Amino acid sequence: MAASAIETAVRTGRLTRALIYAALLVFAVYYLLPLFVMMVNSLKELDEIRGGNMLALPEIVTIAPWIKAWNQAQIGVQPTGLAPYFLNSIKMVVPAVIISTLLGALNGYVLTKWRFRGDTLVFALMLFACFIPFQIVLIPMARVLGFLGIAGTTWGLVLVHVVYGLGFTTLFFRNYYAAFPTELVKAAQIDGANFLRIFYRILLPSSGPIIVVTVIWQFTNVWNDFLFGASFADFDSQPMTVALNNLVSSSTGVKEYNVHFAGAILAAIPTLLVYIVAGRYFVRGLMAGAVKG
Amino acid sequence: MSFLVVSGLEKRFGPVEVLKGIDISVPQGGFLVLVGPSGCGKSTLLNTIAGLETVSAGEILIDGARVNELHPSKRDIAMVFQSYALYPNMNVAKNMSFGMEMRGVPRAERKETVARVANMLQIEDLLDRKPGQLSGGQRQRVAMGRALVRDPKIFLFDEPLSNLDAKLRVEMRTEIQKLHQRLGTTIVYVTHDQIEAMTLATVIAVLKGGVLQQVGSPAEIYNMPNNIFVADFMGSPSMNLVPARLDRADGALVVSLKRADGSTTALPLHRPSDAARAHVGRDVILGLRPENIDDAPEPGATSGYHHPLEAHVEVTQPTGADTLAMIRLGGREAVARLRAETGARAGERRRFTVDMSKAVLFDPETEERL
Repeated sequence: MAASAIETAVRTGRLTRALIYAALLVFAVYYLLPLFVMMVNSLKELDEIRGGNMLALPEIVTIAPWIKAWNQAQIGVQPTGLAPYFLNSIKMVVPAVIISTLLGALNGYVLTKWRFRGDTLVFALMLFACFIPFQIVLIPMARVLGFLGIAGTTWGLVLVHVVYGLGFTTLFFRNYYAAFPTELVKAAQIDGANFLRIFYRILLPSSGPIIVVTVIWQFTNVWNDFLFGASFADFDSQPMTVALNNLVSSSTGVKEYNVHFAGAILAAIPTLLVYIVAGRYFVRGLMAGAVKG
Repeated sequence: MSFLVVSGLEKRFGPVEVLKGIDISVPQGGFLVLVGPSGCGKSTLLNTIAGLETVSAGEILIDGARVNELHPSKRDIAMVFQSYALYPNMNVAKNMSFGMEMRGVPRAERKETVARVANMLQIEDLLDRKPGQLSGGQRQRVAMGRALVRDPKIFLFDEPLSNLDAKLRVEMRTEIQKLHQRLGTTIVYVTHDQIEAMTLATVIAVLKGGVLQQVGSPAEIYNMPNNIFVADFMGSPSMNLVPARLDRADGALVVSLKRADGSTTALPLHRPSDAARAHVGRDVILGLRPENIDDAPEPGATSGYHHPLEAHVEVTQPTGADTLAMIRLGGREAVARLRAETGARAGERRRFTVDMSKAVLFDPETEERL
C-alpha cells in the first residue's frame, strides 16, 4: 500500500510540499478542534466551564460528568443516564446492519449473475430509493408499522432502517459483483452448486472489502439517525440519539455542559470504533472496480 | 455410433439469431474442435452443450440420451473455462474437490481422487495454494485438474490456451493431446486459433455467423475446403486465392492466370469435378496453399502435376524453417513457402512450380468450391 502510494505520487518540489502540509495541518486542526473542546470540557467541573476559557485544559480532571451522563442523568422523567438507550441503539443497529447487508448482497448477486427481464429497471428503482428524503416516507412508514403491529418497537425501527438502507447496500454490492467473473458462477453450476450455495460458498467469501464498506456505511447511518428514532420509537425503544437530544435540550434545571459533552462523545464512540477498526478497508472497498487492475 | 449429437440446433437472443441450425456428431473418444472468428457462435454452441445456455430449437444428445432439459451438473460434463474460473477463496485442493463435495462424495474418496489427479498433472506441490499465488500455466493445470476429477462423459474446453504465452501454449497443447490419448474421453474444444484446431482435432467444425461452414477431419478441411471462407480461415499463411478463368485447351481443362503484360499462363487442372466441368468458360478463384508453390530446381520430379510458372518476387520472409516469398500471381499478391536455403531474392523474376494436384477452384459468386 505504502509502496504503491509512493510510486503513484506526483513528484513535487520542497516548497509545494511544505505548502501542502501547511494546508493539511490547518484543516486537521480545524476539524479536530470541536472534538478537543468536547473532550477537554467533559473532564472539567461545571464551575470551571462557567469560568470562561473553553479551550483551556482542565485544572482539576474529573470523570464525574462521564459517569453521570452514562447512568445518572435525567433523561425525560427517569434519572437513568444514557446507558439503557445505548443498549436500545445496539439492539436496533446490529440486526438492521446485518439484515440490510445480507439482503443487499443477495440483490447484487441476483442483479448481476441471475439477470432477468427488466432487471435494470428494478435496479434503477432501487437506486431511486437512495434519493428519497427521509421526511417523505414518515407518514406512509407510520401506517405500515401500525399495520404490521410493530409501531414503537425496536423491530419496527429495524424494519425502517433495513428498507431505507436497501437501496444503498444493493448499489454497493451490485457494482462490486458486476466486476466478479460470471465464469465462476458457471463453473460452480457445472460443479453442481445451487443458487444459494454459489452465493455463500463462492461470492460471499470474496466480498470482504465491499462488506466492510456496507457495514460502515449502514452502521454510521443507522446509529446516527435521529428522525426515524424520534418519530417511530417509544420510551422503551428510543435510540441513543434521541436520548442525547432529551438530555441536552431539557428546558428545566441547570445546563450541565460537561455532562452534555460527555454524553455526546459516548454517542459517537461506536461509529468511531467502527471506522478505526475497519476504516482502512473503506476507501479500498469504495475504489474496488473503479479502476482496472 | 455417435456419442455426442447436435441436431438442428438454433439459439436466439431476442431477435438475434446466434446459431442457425447446427448439425454435428462426434464418435466416442473423438476430439471435436469448434473454430471460427470471434462472434461466430462457437462459445454459445459450447455453452448450450454444457447447459449454461438454453436451446431455442433442436436437440442435443449425449450417449444417446437427450439432455436439452438437464441442468449442467446432471449432464456428466466437465468444463475448462478461458479465464480458468478458479474459485479465488479456495485453495487448489478445495477447488478440485468442490464439485465432488456438491455431489456428496465422501471426504476420504475426495482426497484420494484429488491426490491421483494432482499426481497425473504434477501439481501436488500446489494443492495448498490459492489461485492468486499461481502462474498462468499452473492455473491452467489446476483448471484441467478440476475437470479431470469428475471423470465425465465429455470434456468441454472454452479457449483454454488463449491466455497463455506462445511457448506455454504449445506445451499445454501437447499436454492436452497426451491427456486425450491416455483417457480416451470425448472432448469438445473451442478455439479461434486454426493451428490448435488442426493439431488437436479428429473432427473440425468451422463456424461463421452462426452457420456451420464445414465439418470434417483436419485433412479434409485443409485440402478440400467447402468455400472461400474456410479456405482462407484455415492454414497459416492462408490459402492463396487468385482470380482466374477456366478454359478448355486440347480437350483438358486449364486454369488461365492473367499476367501483368496481358498474356496468360495456363495451368492444366487434374481430376476436375463435375461442377468444374460445367463451369468452363467462366471466371473462377484458384486456391493454392503456399506450400504448393515451390522453386525447387527439379520441377515435376515427384509427380506429374507440377507445372512451371514465372513470377515476380516482391519480398522474402525467412522464418528459419522455411522462407516465405510474396509473389505476383494473376494480378494478386500470393505467398509461396520455399525452402530455407532458397536463392529467391526480392525484386527478381523467378521460375516456380505449382502443384496442381492440390489446387481447388471456387465459384467467385457463390464462393463455394467447384
